This record gives sequence, C-alpha cells and structure tokens, in this order.
Amino acid sequence: MPEINKDLVKYVAGLARLAFDETELEDFTNKFKNILNYVEKLGELNVEDVSPTYHPMPVNYAMREDIVKKSLDVERALLNAPDRKDDFFRVPKVVD
Amino acid sequence: MSYEAVIGLEVHAQLLTDSKIFCNCSTKFGSNPNSQVCPICLGMPGVLPKLNKRVVEFAVMLGLATNCRINKSSLFARKNYFYPDLPKGYQISQYELPICENGYIIIKVKGEEKRIGITRIHMEEDAGKLIHEGGASLVDLNRTGTPLLEIVSEPDLRTAEEAVAYLKELRQILLYLGICDGNMEEGSFRCDANVSVRKAGETRFGTKAELKNINSFRFIQRAIEYEIERQIDLIESGGRVVQETRLFDSSKGITISMRGKEEAHDYRYFPDPDLMPVSFDEGFVEEIKAKLPEIPYDKRRRFINEYNLPEYDVEIITTDRDIADFFEETARLFNNPKTISNFIMTEILKELNEKKIGIRDTKITASLLAKLLTLLNENKINTNGARAILPKVMESGRDPESFIEELGLAQISNEDEILKMIDEVLKENQKELQEYLSGKDKLFAFFVGQVMKKSRGKANPKLLNELIKKRLDELASK
Repeated sequence: MPEINKDLVKYVAGLARLAFDETELEDFTNKFKNILNYVEKLGELNVEDVSPTYHPMPVNYAMREDIVKKSLDVERALLNAPDRKDDFFRVPKVVD
Repeated sequence: MSYEAVIGLEVHAQLLTDSKIFCNCSTKFGSNPNSQVCPICLGMPGVLPKLNKRVVEFAVMLGLATNCRINKSSLFARKNYFYPDLPKGYQISQYELPICENGYIIIKVKGEEKRIGITRIHMEEDAGKLIHEGGASLVDLNRTGTPLLEIVSEPDLRTAEEAVAYLKELRQILLYLGICDGNMEEGSFRCDANVSVRKAGETRFGTKAELKNINSFRFIQRAIEYEIERQIDLIESGGRVVQETRLFDSSKGITISMRGKEEAHDYRYFPDPDLMPVSFDEGFVEEIKAKLPEIPYDKRRRFINEYNLPEYDVEIITTDRDIADFFEETARLFNNPKTISNFIMTEILKELNEKKIGIRDTKITASLLAKLLTLLNENKINTNGARAILPKVMESGRDPESFIEELGLAQISNEDEILKMIDEVLKENQKELQEYLSGKDKLFAFFVGQVMKKSRGKANPKLLNELIKKRLDELASK
C-alpha cells in the first residue's frame, strides 16, 4: 500500500480532473487514510481459500440477442451538447 | 555486436455483429455522424449496459481457433481515462480475467514453422471518432460501443517479417471465422507493436517502444524495421531507449516520439459493477466448437496431403475461404486438382481481382467450372477458348458449352482442315521453309505460330504440333 500523502491525493485528483486548495488536500489526505485504514481491517482475516467476490449475487449471466433497435434521433442525441457543429459534438481541440 | 529484436503485437479486431456490444445501436460503418447512438453508448447517467451474446460467441470462436484456454467465467473492468471520444470517462474492457488465455498460432517464415504464443484475448468496446478541425475537435460517437476483440501476443516475434506473417495469419483466421472483415484501411483490423532490442545472448528484455495504429502490412513491416534500427543505433552510440509511444510517419518512413503529447497512463482498472461476471457452461463452448470452420493452417495442410498440390498453390487458393471451398467442390466433380488450381490461380483470380469482387459475387459454380475444364480436357476448346468463355460464365451462370458456337471457339481437331492450313503456311513462307530444311530447327515454332494464327487460335495445339512435325519430316526426307 503506498503512503497516503498530499502528493498522492493531488495526483489522484489530477486523474479525475479535479483541483483542490491546500486545506482541501489536507482534509482529503486524512479522509483517504481513515477509509483505507478501515478497509485494512480485512487484511486481518485469513482468506487463503476464499475466491474473490466480483459480484454480490451469483446469478446466471443475462445476455441479449444481437438485434438492432432504433437509435436516438440525432437532434435528441445532441440536445445537451454545450457546442456542436452540424451533427457533430464540438469540443476544444485535443491534439496539436 | 549483434542484436536481436523482441516484438509483441496487440491487435484490435472489430467484430461483425449487427448491434453494439452493450446496446442495440447499429454498428454500420459510414453512416451520418451521431445517428447510431443511444443513452447507453452516449454514457448518460443511470443507464445499464447489457452484453451482446454474439460478442461472447465470437470471442470463444477465436479462442478455440487459436488454441486458447476458454475462461467460463470472465470479468469486465473499467479502464478509466478522459478523452472526448469516450463519453463515459471509462472504456469497458477486460483486465484481470479475460475470456481467453494462453493460446498460440503457427506462422511460417522462410519455410520454417514457428509457434507464436497468444497471451490473451479479451472483449471491449471501441471509442468514437474525432475529426480535428481548426481550433476544435468534432466528435462522432457512432463507433462508440462497437465490439472489439483485443488479441495480445507473447513477445515471441523476432523480425518485422515474422510480425507481418503473424498478423496475416491472425487476420486470415478472423476472416475464415467470419467474425471480422479485416479491413485495415477502415480500421476494423488495427495493430500496435511493442518493439525492443537486446544484445545477442541476453535473456532479459530491453526497454520497449510502442508503435501505434499502423494501417497496412507494408507500413507495419517498415515501421518495425525502422524502429529496430533506431534502437540499435541509439544503443551503439551510447544512448538509452526510453519507454514511450511512437507514431509511424508513412511519408517519411520513420517513427516519431509522442512523448510530452500524452500523459502517463494510470487507468485504475476495477471490475465494472454494472456488469456481472460473464459466465457460460461447457455446453455453450461445445456448441460453438461443433460449428467452428477448419482454420487456415489445417486447411493448407489438408490440401497439400489430400490433393497433392504444391505449397505455393495451396497458399494462394486458401487465402480466401470461399475460393478454397469452390476449389474443393470442383475437385469433387473434376478429377484433376492441379488443373483446377492452375485455372483458379491464372484465370479466375485474375478476373476477380480486376473486378474487385469475390467468387460468390459471380454466377460461376463448381459444376460450371468442372464442365468448362472438361471441355478443355476433351479438346473441344483450347486454353484461349476457355479464357474467353470464363468471364461469360461468371457473368451469366450459363453452361460453358453454349458459348462455344456463340463465340466461334470450337477447336479445330479435323486433320484435313489443319493440314490444309499447314500447307498454305508453308507455301506462303518459302524462305523460312528452306532455312528450316537446311538446319534452322528453331523455325519450327514459327510455323506453329503461323498456322495457329491462320486458325484464329482455334487449332488443337497438340494435333497441330504433330501434323507440322509430320509434314516437315516428309519434306526433309525428300
């Protein structure tokens, strides 16, 4: 487990495109520590013979058939777009 | 100092399903922008993905065809990153437990077979498309959610040539299975290559560079060759290879660093809570196994053994599964496999390539080809005639025999008729005749050609040869 410090919190916030001031970083660092310490308790258990649980309910997988249904009308699809050009979503340039 | 390259490949194959992997939108290529999207593939809040069964079937098919272990329980995970072509902020992929693992395919390079390991095959969704225009990027999300299989090879490849052979074999398997159209230009078969070099004898791997999205076999070969040389030069001049993504510039034939243009990757994979583990029983796998077509490698071996054909012929006629089937059906009706493969290679493939169509787009059938070859075999027409009839049959599906008269192709096998033409030719070419009689044997072919011309290509060539020889011998002994 990596050490939880302000730099790590800043890094994780960066990945989520969030920016915090010093007080917030301090606050989150403590909260992260508390949460992880709490979860660490599980480490006290011996789980050698227990397979990981990926989903709480072991149900048979429900798959759908490969059938095409009507898509959204393009106007509806673009309704919430902050910006558009013709039928495209328009976003700030992502490469140079 | 000699060096060895180590290459591993990641292939993304778009699957030929009708609908997307987690919603019912169409996967059709080339539609109007954002006309094939819905709340699920747009990543609207509160929606739930539902897995397309056919994607699982296709994944199992490829797993079986590449000798993989099929995991009857596998997991979807979220790969988190921000990019405008990915509306949810994560791509649904598989991480710790993919659907297929530990397989291999066999390639052949310079006459040597080599087994190339497949680490894993997993299911995931494709991202959308971006068009960069002026100060903005335009986003089309039609492709978002198109099902992909990612096929990751072991670092077993040592040369660019091997890498290309692996890709061609893998692509052919996908085409045989009918689960991907293999179109590299439209991006339905995409390849990233991890390339590193090490000194001969070294067992550890060197630092690798990743070459991204190269869209033809030729470019892949050149990109890898360039990259190997670049890394060796760098090490020889005292430098160090850095781990990075590089792009191939096809106009210059070089790879260029993308460093600084992308952020460090930290995808924070975790199991997708919206999706249950994918699970199926042995019966599901058995059902797919029963329907699995013969894979190209097995077909090639069988064709060599069963039809006694040269490896070269087999390579060519098995490239396309439809052609291979067409050959086999014809071979059941016409008992000379080599004649069939010759005719397919020299005539039929030429026609198909010229018109850029497949054998199934034409009206020729195995029984029509067998008839045409029988006419040829029985000397009712000669090769020129068969060549003239073929496109007509492909176009109309009519009996080849019906074209003989229509096109005036009936072969002349009447001895008197041919002899008459021979005598005319000899008479018209007295000078050549004298030269021949005084020892210039080479002129024999000249007389054959002249008579053939006179018959407008219709003389039975075998008979013609015999008759000219006879006539000239008679003249010589006088």
